[in-house]
Amino acid sequence: MKNLALLLSLSIALPALAERIPLPPNAPKSYQAECASCHMAYPPALLSAGDWKRVMERLDQHYGTDASLGIPQKQEISAFLERNAGNVWKPGISAQPARISQTPYFIRKHGEIPAKFWRDPRIKSAANCEACHRGASKGVFSEHDIAIPELRGD
Amino acid sequence: MKTTAALGLILVSLVSHAETPQQILKMYAPTGNAVRGEAVFRQKNTVNEKMPSCTSCHTENPINPGHHAITGKIIQPMAVAVNPERFTDSAKVEKWFGRNCKEVLGRACTPNEKADLIAYLSEVR
Ligand code: HEC
Ligand code: HEC
Ligand code: HEC
Repeated sequence: MKNLALLLSLSIALPALAERIPLPPNAPKSYQAECASCHMAYPPALLSAGDWKRVMERLDQHYGTDASLGIPQKQEISAFLERNAGNVWKPGISAQPARISQTPYFIRKHGEIPAKFWRDPRIKSAANCEACHRGASKGVFSEHDIAIPELRGD
Repeated sequence: MKTTAALGLILVSLVSHAETPQQILKMYAPTGNAVRGEAVFRQKNTVNEKMPSCTSCHTENPINPGHHAITGKIIQPMAVAVNPERFTDSAKVEKWFGRNCKEVLGRACTPNEKADLIAYLSEVR
């Protein structure tokens, strides 16, 4: 059990193991219920605690939409996100509003993707991780498991 | 024996929680009109250019899965005929009517409009 926890924290901390970024097993049900309808439930390790705090404080103005929540769910989800937030990957402050797809880590990992793919109707948005990473909702981001054939690293 | 009892309990709790589209419709109005519901569903509005209509995310044909107009995420079909989970949880229904009507129409849907929409999406096939 301890080993498992260690392994988990390692896989979250080491960029080298970035193919696996699972949701922590202690994710509250409310996270799936409230934060996975309009997009996937993003792994909390992909933003810093400060970024999550800002996201959760302005759910009524959520990237151009309204994702407001009741107070109990909001508190439960905020605590979960901030507890499991990333740090190693995210030196500096990300854009305003906080976006996973504008963190230095994300940009580094996706630097070789030609611009036209970000506008491709199959993808629509960089935030649509699942359009390319078929296994994203299970935490799999390997370059070998990409839905768009032209982008698959074989 | 123990398992049967447990199973029985689970069944009971399922039955007491699951609501039907008819029951949820009746929380809004005594009856709903599917033709009027379809008109609201397809109506083109000018409040939000990224999502002029319910069909922007739920597709022209609610039998099909849709895509979220901004994020691209797949949204399961709205038609009860192909997605029996629709309109079985009144809190969920009210939450999304609240969000989506405000965003698409720029105002809350009236109870009659909600009943009409449920009638349309329960009947369409
Ligand atoms: C009503 C729909 C909706 C709900 C519910 C929702 N979001 Fe979002 N979210 C969006 C939209 C729309 C975007 C912008 C996506 C884009 O620009 O492609 C977004 C973007 C994000 C982003 C930035 C992604 C990026 O890197 O560009 C984060 C982080 C995020 N949401 C977290 C959450 C959390 C946490 C919750 C639950 C409290 C939540 N969302 C619930 C609609 C929603
Ligand atoms: C346009 C398709 C596309 C989208 C959308 C996309 N990615 Fe990627 N991603 C890729 C490709 C292709 C690679 C492999 C790049 C390489 O190795 O050069 C990759 C690599 C990664 C890696 C590194 C994997 C490794 O083995 O090191 C991570 C982590 C990742 N993506 C996370 C995300 C997240 C999180 C999102 C959504 C916020 C996302 N991606 C959205 C295409 C995409
Ligand atoms: C921007 C995208 C978007 C638009 C536009 C949109 N919806 Fe939705 N709708 C969603 C999402 C996301 C969900 C939740 C995910 C799901 O249930 O599959 C949802 C769920 C619903 C539900 C919950 C149904 C249930 O029981 O599961 C109803 C009702 C609903 N929408 C009605 C409407 C109506 C009416 C309109 C037009 C006024 C509309 N929606 C426009 C994205 C949208």
